[in-house]
Amino acid sequence: MLDGASDGAGRMLGYAASILAALILVGMALMAPAVVDDRPVLFALDWAPSLGISLAFMVDGLSLIFGLLISGIGSLIFLYATGYMGDHPQFGRFVLFLFAFMVSMLGLVLARDLITLFLFWELTSITSYLLIGFDHDNPRARRNALQAMLVTAGGGLALLAGFILIGTAAGGYDLAQILTGPGLQDSSLYGPILVLVLLGAFTKSAQFPFHFWLPNAMAAPTPVSAYLHSATMVKAGVYLLARLHPALGGTLAWSVALTTAGAITAVLASVLAMRQSDLKQALAYTTLMALGTITMLLAGAHPYALTAAVTFLIVHSLYKASLFMVVGAVDHGTGTREVAQLGGLGRAMPLTALAAVLACASMAGLPPMIGWIGKELIYAGAETMTGAPLVAAAAVAANALMFAVAGIIALRPFFGAPITTPHHPHEAPWQMLAGPVILALGGLVVGVLAQPLLGSVIGSALTGSLLQDRAAGLHLWAGFNRAFVLSLLTFTLGIMLYLMRARFAALVDPVLRRLPSLDDGWDRVLDGLRVLAAWQTRMLQTGRLTAYLMAVFAVVALALGLTIIRGRPEIAVELPRSAFLWLTAIFTAAGAVLALNTHSRIAAIAGIGTVGIGVAVIFIYAGAPDVATTQLMVETLSAVMFAIAALRLPGITERRSPRRQMAHGVVAVTTGLCVTVIILSVTASPLDRSITSYFEENSYALAHGLNIVNVVLVDFRAFDTFGELIVVLLASFGAYAVLKRKRKAGP
Amino acid sequence: MNSLILSVGARFLTGLFLLFSLFVLLRGHNSPGGGFIGGLIGAAGFVLYSFAAGVEDARRALRVDPRAIGVWGMAIAVLSGLASALASLDPFTGLWLILEDLALSTVLVFDIGVYLAVFGAILTLVFALEETV
Repeated sequence: MLDGASDGAGRMLGYAASILAALILVGMALMAPAVVDDRPVLFALDWAPSLGISLAFMVDGLSLIFGLLISGIGSLIFLYATGYMGDHPQFGRFVLFLFAFMVSMLGLVLARDLITLFLFWELTSITSYLLIGFDHDNPRARRNALQAMLVTAGGGLALLAGFILIGTAAGGYDLAQILTGPGLQDSSLYGPILVLVLLGAFTKSAQFPFHFWLPNAMAAPTPVSAYLHSATMVKAGVYLLARLHPALGGTLAWSVALTTAGAITAVLASVLAMRQSDLKQALAYTTLMALGTITMLLAGAHPYALTAAVTFLIVHSLYKASLFMVVGAVDHGTGTREVAQLGGLGRAMPLTALAAVLACASMAGLPPMIGWIGKELIYAGAETMTGAPLVAAAAVAANALMFAVAGIIALRPFFGAPITTPHHPHEAPWQMLAGPVILALGGLVVGVLAQPLLGSVIGSALTGSLLQDRAAGLHLWAGFNRAFVLSLLTFTLGIMLYLMRARFAALVDPVLRRLPSLDDGWDRVLDGLRVLAAWQTRMLQTGRLTAYLMAVFAVVALALGLTIIRGRPEIAVELPRSAFLWLTAIFTAAGAVLALNTHSRIAAIAGIGTVGIGVAVIFIYAGAPDVATTQLMVETLSAVMFAIAALRLPGITERRSPRRQMAHGVVAVTTGLCVTVIILSVTASPLDRSITSYFEENSYALAHGLNIVNVVLVDFRAFDTFGELIVVLLASFGAYAVLKRKRKAGP
Repeated sequence: MNSLILSVGARFLTGLFLLFSLFVLLRGHNSPGGGFIGGLIGAAGFVLYSFAAGVEDARRALRVDPRAIGVWGMAIAVLSGLASALASLDPFTGLWLILEDLALSTVLVFDIGVYLAVFGAILTLVFALEETV
């Protein structure tokens, strides 16, 4: 049912997912009054109480903003995807992956326990992998999906280590406790914690030098790019930075690391965005720019910088999701995403054009869009930060470039002379228009009504989550201040860049070409890993049974030998008086001597079998008929199996060098001696009979059985027996697979 | 293996082995025996048969693929373990039905599962070895 849902069932699934997401949006919105009132909504289940881990969630200002964005944009994305690819034969699978992603992302931002957060963090990496590689027939998509997963999941491992260190330093994994606590800035573990957490956040949010995976992730279907790789998943990294800001922020190291990575990412990405011919790639780089800007702002510790970060996050999610959907609609309507092949579409696709123009106005930071307020706040925030002139310069450069890119995306495809496109251009279906138009209009509405609509929520994020004493106001007109001047400068530079983009290209292209490609570097790292893995496999997995057995017995001898030397156990040697036991012992030892000295394999098998039977006889003598019978049967069957294999082989000839023979002998004798000593020492120490007597007393009373061995196997310890059954079956099926495969491969 | 004594003897012995293995299985709860040993004895009987008559004949005589027998054994063991959930007891708690001389229990069902799983696993391995090597 999940696949092959081409009969409209797939579409129904898409609508259902959209409605579900909308319901989550409503649910989140209903919590808003309580959250704004500084009463976070809490929910917790014990998970592993012995480790202090719980499945705990919390809705406060910051997670509310993320939750609203994730569910709201998610609802529109499901609708969009239904129009975009509802007739794809595997659309059902797609909806499942996308919904799983949405739930993981919600879990991530709502988590109150660090381990819970990590769990959902990794789930977003995995679902993202499935979604980027959705077009799995395409090797490029598979490769890029793997790259995204290895980078983000690798960062996730660093993050887990960082979280465990935080748990050690703060005495628990409860975020509410960690954040309201004294902070970790003075902890002796602060250095490692910071490095590990930043590794996690920077890989997830694609900050320089880990930014290369994000443009590659555009191999995903467009709804995925719009949702994961602009509006939500890549925001997980900046979410984490914001979330942990009270506990980790405010130090010089924090400030320098975030400012540097953020500024480099923002400027580099916006330059690269200018140079993309594919609209989707251009958007991917502008996403990097936005993530860099937010990271840079989170370096600050002033309410202005942090308000700017949170506001710009909302701004970016609104316009970027809208623009990605616009590009998908253009691709759908014309058959191409290349800027050079598009022009004059405004007449054929008026609603798409409207969404594009509004969203780009927000991206360019034009009033009265919310983007304008976001940009003003960025400049106001930049002034409060360490290294303010540099931060402001980076912000102006990035924003001016963004302005030019917005111009390219809004103007070139939709205005000017029409260009013949692969398909005759036509407007997309309503499902694909709802998302971009609603989000673009939303950018306008929350721009005009910023303070009444967003003021209290952002205020709650600032005071409740980031623990600031206040938030900056959101005003379209904040007065004739330095931020306003910087905005005017941005527009001037932006217009110049747009008009002189050809000269700009001629200027930067030679430089860009000379930059080392991190993407190629990644491939080389992977190749290196493969070579290393092959080498160590060759070294460790020789494929020779002798080598494996040597390793096993050498380790056993070493472990037992050290135990004996350090523990000096008492040994009680009590020679048996029974002639029967002496005979059995001689018989058993003779089997071993025979197995060692014969050249005939059948004799060797018989020798080993003799040892086994001797042991079974001793079991009978000791009054353990069940164990003895089992031993006897196992011995018989393994002799049979040996015989089947060994009779096909030539006789045993000694081919080992004397030195190797010597080494084998030493290991064998040492192992044997050590085991003997341990067994003698075990029999010397008094036996704890509490378990045995429990079984003796209750075997009949509780389990109605007189044979204690069997009662233990099938009743008292039935679950263990069940585990052994799994092992036995798996071992035989594994051997079966190996044997049958060899036969097919052979002649 | 072309031995007249073996091929004639195996026909009787296999039956005896099987009968004995069932006997061992059923008496297990009170006297030496049980599903594990029973499974090994039963498998040994069929191994003997496969030596005498060849694997193909042995497979035919068994009728069911030994892999399926193993998996069924496992399934029976699981179900008998979960049956206690119906009585709101912990998994793998034995349930007993005692009628005069006859005692029936989920524990016995579990032991039958053990018997089948061991029987299937050993025969899967031995048959595959004989066919391949």
